[in-house]
Amino acid sequence: MASFFGGVHPKGYKALSCEAPIEPLSPKTVSIAMSQHIGRPCTPLVKIGDRVTVGQKIGDGEGLCVPVHASVSGKVVAVEARPTPSGTEGMCVVIENDGENTLCPDLRKRESIDGLTGEELTAIIREAGITGMGGAGFPTNVKISSGLGKVDTVIVNGAECEPYITSDDRLMRESPERIAGGIRIIQKILEPKRTAVGVENNKPEAIASMRKALPEDVELLALRVRYPQGAEKQLIQTVTGRRVPPGGLPAAVGCAVFNVATCAAIYDAVFEGMPLVRRAVTVTGKAIARPGNFLAPIGTLYADLIEAAGGFRCEPYKILCGGPMMGIAQHSLACGTIKGNNALTCFSQEDNHEVRTPHCIRCGKCIDACPMRLMPLQMHRACQREDLDALNRLNVMDCIECGSCAYTCPAGIHLVQSFRTAKKLLRDAKAKEAGK
Amino acid sequence: MNLEAKNLTVSSSPHAHSKNSTAAIMRDVCIALVPALIAAIWFFGWRALTLTLVSVAGCVFFEWGYRKVMKKDCTVSDLSAVVTGMLIAFVCPVSLPYWTILIADFFAIVLVKQLFGGIGMNIVNPALAARAFLFSWPALMSGQWVAPGTNISVLSPSLDGMTTATPMASLHVGALPADSLFDLLIGKVGGSLGEVSAAALLLGGLYLLVRKVISPRIPLAYLGTVAVLAILFPLGGNDCVDWMLYELLSGGLMLGAIFMATDYATSPVTHLGQIAYGVGCGVLTILFRYFGAYVEGVTYAILIMNCCIGFFDKLGVPKRFGFVKEKKGGAEK
Repeated sequence: MASFFGGVHPKGYKALSCEAPIEPLSPKTVSIAMSQHIGRPCTPLVKIGDRVTVGQKIGDGEGLCVPVHASVSGKVVAVEARPTPSGTEGMCVVIENDGENTLCPDLRKRESIDGLTGEELTAIIREAGITGMGGAGFPTNVKISSGLGKVDTVIVNGAECEPYITSDDRLMRESPERIAGGIRIIQKILEPKRTAVGVENNKPEAIASMRKALPEDVELLALRVRYPQGAEKQLIQTVTGRRVPPGGLPAAVGCAVFNVATCAAIYDAVFEGMPLVRRAVTVTGKAIARPGNFLAPIGTLYADLIEAAGGFRCEPYKILCGGPMMGIAQHSLACGTIKGNNALTCFSQEDNHEVRTPHCIRCGKCIDACPMRLMPLQMHRACQREDLDALNRLNVMDCIECGSCAYTCPAGIHLVQSFRTAKKLLRDAKAKEAGK
Repeated sequence: MNLEAKNLTVSSSPHAHSKNSTAAIMRDVCIALVPALIAAIWFFGWRALTLTLVSVAGCVFFEWGYRKVMKKDCTVSDLSAVVTGMLIAFVCPVSLPYWTILIADFFAIVLVKQLFGGIGMNIVNPALAARAFLFSWPALMSGQWVAPGTNISVLSPSLDGMTTATPMASLHVGALPADSLFDLLIGKVGGSLGEVSAAALLLGGLYLLVRKVISPRIPLAYLGTVAVLAILFPLGGNDCVDWMLYELLSGGLMLGAIFMATDYATSPVTHLGQIAYGVGCGVLTILFRYFGAYVEGVTYAILIMNCCIGFFDKLGVPKRFGFVKEKKGGAEK
């Protein structure tokens, strides 16, 4: 098998939560964000006082937008701006859970997909509000339609290369048949020549469980444990040897990548008729008393998740939506989970590696670690000088922000932060140019 | 149940960090230099240790003092000044007066390193620049060499009747040194205190390779180039293999190739650049040794190559991910 360039090997800490079965939660309230995907935010379709049922559509919009649904049954108590995991405030629908779990009467189960066309299936996926559940949150129906006719290889991503996170691991162990069912639906729509599931080989139980559930025409690949194995471009490179061109989509090299949780959600939508209203979330980290995995309705408040995991065992230092390599640091526990929210990682003061005034020693370790073959140390210097020409020349826009360079940097330089700033400078300059 | 979450830290990802740190790297370099220091004490007596300690203390003091006076963050804890202090002592004769090495420390830390912005910003290797500067006192730096095994006084070294010629002096006039290759390997020869024992330096280099502090690219390219040129062009009609081995084991080549040319700040970051830089160091070393007025060539070879890393950094830049050159011919006509 081919491999990807560079990468690092951070300590996994998966043992904290990988043996804990996914535990269903029924929180008192949920705060469901109207913007959970890349694209336009939804417009709320409900108002304060409305009674809603599980799976009922509560927000939708035009263009690059997929709907959001009520994840619990009960009463809408607020439709207002609330904190969201992105770090900003956004429109949220807050529902008080009546605990009845009343299902929306419009939901329709299906026994078989034989009579359905690809278009109809894609429409079901759209109506179910499915987005990429690995983190980026790209609407899945758009990914499918943009790959139609171009994709010869479907790759299912069970790598879960981020440290700490075990939600996909648990899903593969506990519900491999739902993932296999979702894969069958994707195969029916995209008609690929090759379908492969990639799982890092530090998850032997997940691999064994998937092997039993997958049909013979789907390859199961045990991947080398190396971060960022599960990054889209790197996974494509590992599985097919193909390299997605700069600025291009996977479809440009005939590939489409779906996270295992997304596949399970597609199965739920098509066969069970259930939209994406809940997902497995790992609550973990040294600051958590009882790390575990929870089947949390979308919009479950972070405070409730932490309570379900036994609360804090020491003062939290950082709370991350996601894992330590690419997760977003949170300032509030009033956020609700979103569709791409695979984990809540709570760090204690022990995890503080902050270097106040880092100095680059030109060791070049960042260059060897970069899976995109960039020159992080040169990019960082160009960013400090705000030298836009140099930043363009160094292809800073190619950076996937995986954090391998900053992870390995002995000086502890905030390289990814620097490149985010650089990308913004370039985008602003481009917008200014276009405005002239 | 404890659900308090105040004073949460918010910052850009990644939030995890490897165990790598500048201080850990510098500590490894210090550890790698210890075998050569032990060899120096063994052959030249305790003054090898005291001179090294004075030099380290001087470098750390000047680093701390400069940062303090200029109101900059204190960088003493990164241990780079300790490495510089050790290396300066290693490239000096064991008989060098303490005041002279303190001048070298000041020159290296303040003029060569800090005035250019401190760690990682200096253009040339501070220890080698200090040595080049110390040649302003030729009598002290290369006038007389203590013979190995003569335990000279820690306080006021008197060299009467205890001096020897260095192997480099013979090689410079095209003659094989009187010392055996084994003596050169273990360091039982005259020379700068940390340069004499090739075996101890190789042991240190092996440690740095195992700890992944350095890659073999620069040392191998450097030593390989010297070896090839020495085999091809032995001076004085000597046997080419003997000549090559003496060239490799004499003078400052081992210390230079393993510890000086691999200095991060003053060597290229790309793999191809590192190999080309090593080859350049090797060619210049042989040219200086064969045609220079001074017997040794490593110092100036590396200092000159240090000034060229802007060029070498442009060699072998990794190819952009997924970038495919458009095929020629298609766009024509």
